[in-house]
Amino acid sequence: MSTPPVLRIVEREALVFARLWRGIAFSTFVAPALFLGAIGVGLGGLVKAHTGAVDGLTYLDFVAPGLLVASAMQLAASESLWPVLGGVKWMRQFHGVVATPISPGQLYGGFVLWTALRSMLGAAAFLLVAALLGAVPSAWGVLAIPAAGLCSAAFCALLAAYSIKLDSDLSFPMIMRLGVLPLFLFSGTFFPVSQLPSGLRPLALFSPLWHGVELARDATTGTFDVAPVLAHIAVLVACIAVGASFGVRRFSRRLSP
Amino acid sequence: MTATLRILPFLSWRRRPWRLVERNVLAYRRIWYIFLSGFAEPLLFLLSIGVGVGKLVGDLHVGGHLVEYRTFVAPGLLAIAAMNGSLLDTTFNFFVKMKYSHTYDGVLASPLTPRDVAVGEITWALLRGAAYSAAFLLTMLAFGDLRSWWSLLALPGAVLIGFGFAGVGLAATTFMRSFVDFDYVNMAMIPLFLFSATFFPLARYPAGLQAVIRFTPLYQGVVLERSFVIGDLHWTLLANAAYLVAMGVIGLRIASRRIGLLLQP
Amino acid sequence: MSGPMVAARALTKRFGAFVAVDGVDFEIEPGEAFGFLGPNGAGKTSTMRMIGCVSPRTAGELHVLGLDPAHDGPDIRARLGVVPQEDNLDTELTVWDNLMIYGRYFDLPRAEIRERAAELLEFVNLSDRRDSRVDPLSGGMKRRLTIARSLLNRPELLLLDEPTTGLDPQARHLLWDRLYQLKRSGVTLVLTTHYMDEAEQLCDRLVIMDNARIVAEGSPRRLIADNVTREVVEVRLPIEADLDFEAARLKRFGDRIEPLADRVLLYTDDGDATAAAIMSEGFEAGSVLVRRASLEDVFLILTGRSLED
Ligand SMILES: Nc1ncnc2c1ncn2[C@@H]1O[C@H](COP(=O)(O)OP(=O)(O)OP(=O)(O)O)[C@@H](O)[C@H]1O
Ligand SMILES: [Mg+2]
Repeated sequence: MSTPPVLRIVEREALVFARLWRGIAFSTFVAPALFLGAIGVGLGGLVKAHTGAVDGLTYLDFVAPGLLVASAMQLAASESLWPVLGGVKWMRQFHGVVATPISPGQLYGGFVLWTALRSMLGAAAFLLVAALLGAVPSAWGVLAIPAAGLCSAAFCALLAAYSIKLDSDLSFPMIMRLGVLPLFLFSGTFFPVSQLPSGLRPLALFSPLWHGVELARDATTGTFDVAPVLAHIAVLVACIAVGASFGVRRFSRRLSP
Repeated sequence: MTATLRILPFLSWRRRPWRLVERNVLAYRRIWYIFLSGFAEPLLFLLSIGVGVGKLVGDLHVGGHLVEYRTFVAPGLLAIAAMNGSLLDTTFNFFVKMKYSHTYDGVLASPLTPRDVAVGEITWALLRGAAYSAAFLLTMLAFGDLRSWWSLLALPGAVLIGFGFAGVGLAATTFMRSFVDFDYVNMAMIPLFLFSATFFPLARYPAGLQAVIRFTPLYQGVVLERSFVIGDLHWTLLANAAYLVAMGVIGLRIASRRIGLLLQP
Repeated sequence: MSGPMVAARALTKRFGAFVAVDGVDFEIEPGEAFGFLGPNGAGKTSTMRMIGCVSPRTAGELHVLGLDPAHDGPDIRARLGVVPQEDNLDTELTVWDNLMIYGRYFDLPRAEIRERAAELLEFVNLSDRRDSRVDPLSGGMKRRLTIARSLLNRPELLLLDEPTTGLDPQARHLLWDRLYQLKRSGVTLVLTTHYMDEAEQLCDRLVIMDNARIVAEGSPRRLIADNVTREVVEVRLPIEADLDFEAARLKRFGDRIEPLADRVLLYTDDGDATAAAIMSEGFEAGSVLVRRASLEDVFLILTGRSLED
């Protein structure tokens, strides 16, 4: 019985992962704990003294799902920019992959899947730390893990489809600074979007991160309505679909022209 | 006095390290937009954390003054930006030029020396950082977050923070073997970023941690900037400044020597 | 300056315990074209880098332009032009900016650099690429740009480490021509090469390096006269031939023989007579060739290796 090609890609990436474990362990397990400690507990203490509850939650409860999904997004973004261009242009290992029976489209699919899995691993670790700090009031909270995976897949699907076409990495710092960073800072991660100026508020609808954060927050707090949950999921799935329709085509065009 | 005498001739445009600054200006002329995007980063943080989260936090007592959270956190964000910018230039960017583009092999065949390379790259990092810091300070001014005339010292303060981290960053980079080693840079930066009394006052940390934080590098910068901006000055600030100077000077020393060893074997 | 441009005595370079240059002596006179010839790993680049003041010597003496690289590196480098073995152009800059900034490293005024850079781009036939980035240039174009860059400061001493490796024959001849011009204008040239024809064409004098040492020194003609007979007979052998057997059979015809993979070289003063004698032994006429001895043969005899491997 042979392994499906998509899983073979996952296997390859897992091998690479094993070599880099120290940095990855830090960014997956330690960094989130530090963020949660500083922002959730430290800064949260100040919020508690002044405002009390944020959207009916303690600041720690509010910010934990935000940070959880935001780190999934950041991982997806950074993995889908330099490493993708590197795979096709600098290290060129993608060319090696498609020289095997694996097709470019399967490579793309495996790459997105792997990134989502990694994000979910990170999300699980994050959730554990958050739970220990008392930031996960509901057992529904485990569903924050797939929420993070979905959000990560959305970013990875879109950005990998973008990066594969490029010839230089000059646009990447711009994407990180003017795309990913604003999303990170203003998607209801650190404060509710209701606080944004009313003109800007609708923009949150266009932020995949906001949908991911809302989903995760619904899960960790265990208070949600079905309709908005379905809507958030639909938006993220749509992002993946759009990304995949471009990604499969572009990977093929670039890797086996 | 002797220090001034040693620094003054450096300021002369004829000195060799400036050639490297010139080189970087040429290189960025084609990618000016990347240079410009650097201005956005600290401002976005100020809007999100200072304004957005600030609304949730309210006012704080700092050095005997009651100030808005934004006023409290802005100098911290300024110090963070100075650290980040200078580390980006002296670690990642420097590593790529040294190991991958071999930029300095050509440079060192000219009259420039390894020390000129180290000083030149640090100077560049500081100039770039100073531009971003100045813009950030103007924004703070617009928000009314500069509470004292001592704020004039905040820009040199940011440059000093940049200098301290540039020296250490450059020196550390000469020991790196591959990009994998950059994980260590992250492992150092993230705790500093979060736990240098940047986002909430030192008094809120557990006592044991407070003692540790007092000796960490970014904390020195945060204390300097916050004191300048709020106008709450102590003699102890001299110690904070000396700490950063020492980081920069020692780092520069090590970096100059190591660049020589690596590039002129 | 009256003394030699470069003077080395017992010059030594070690990397850890490994000896890359083992006590070499040489002097390079003003206006001369001086060559280092040797197989891979002989120590040519290591020597060139010490002359270029980008690698400190481990022991011995070295003077470049009468100065000591250990103390006067920047002053010496200000008067040198360097074409390193590996191009190290600034890949973040355009062709033109590469020249501009390199001139600035030498503290030349911008107006002068502009004038000089335009001349030099013309000189190496790259004027039409002046606004291109360096990355997309072909290997040969990069090489030519590196050469142009090395001439910006009007060097008195030009160090060229395998200047024509990777160039097509046309570009190579163009470069030789340019180097002649420079030499005529009084520039001292120091070059390393793997190409015998290049060494013979360009060098007034050369040293052959092998295993970190200098094994011979002189003008190309002198080296041939001193080490080899006037002519060489090459006997090409069929693939199935037993090389040792054939070599033994041919031994008596030459003053000296060198068996190679697919042929045997016989060194002799009268090639035609030797060839005739060999053919009378039953060797096919088409496989016997007479030619004049070259540096290649000197190299083979002194190092036991042919240059191209
Ligand atoms: N930085 C270094 N560290 C250790 N060993 C080195 C270093 N540079 C050169 N060597 C060694 O010194 C020896 C001489 O090298 P060098 O580059 O001088 O040879 P070369 O004559 O220029 O050869 P080639 O024709 O291949 O360019 C080689 O064995 C090389 O491996
Ligand atoms: Mg060499």
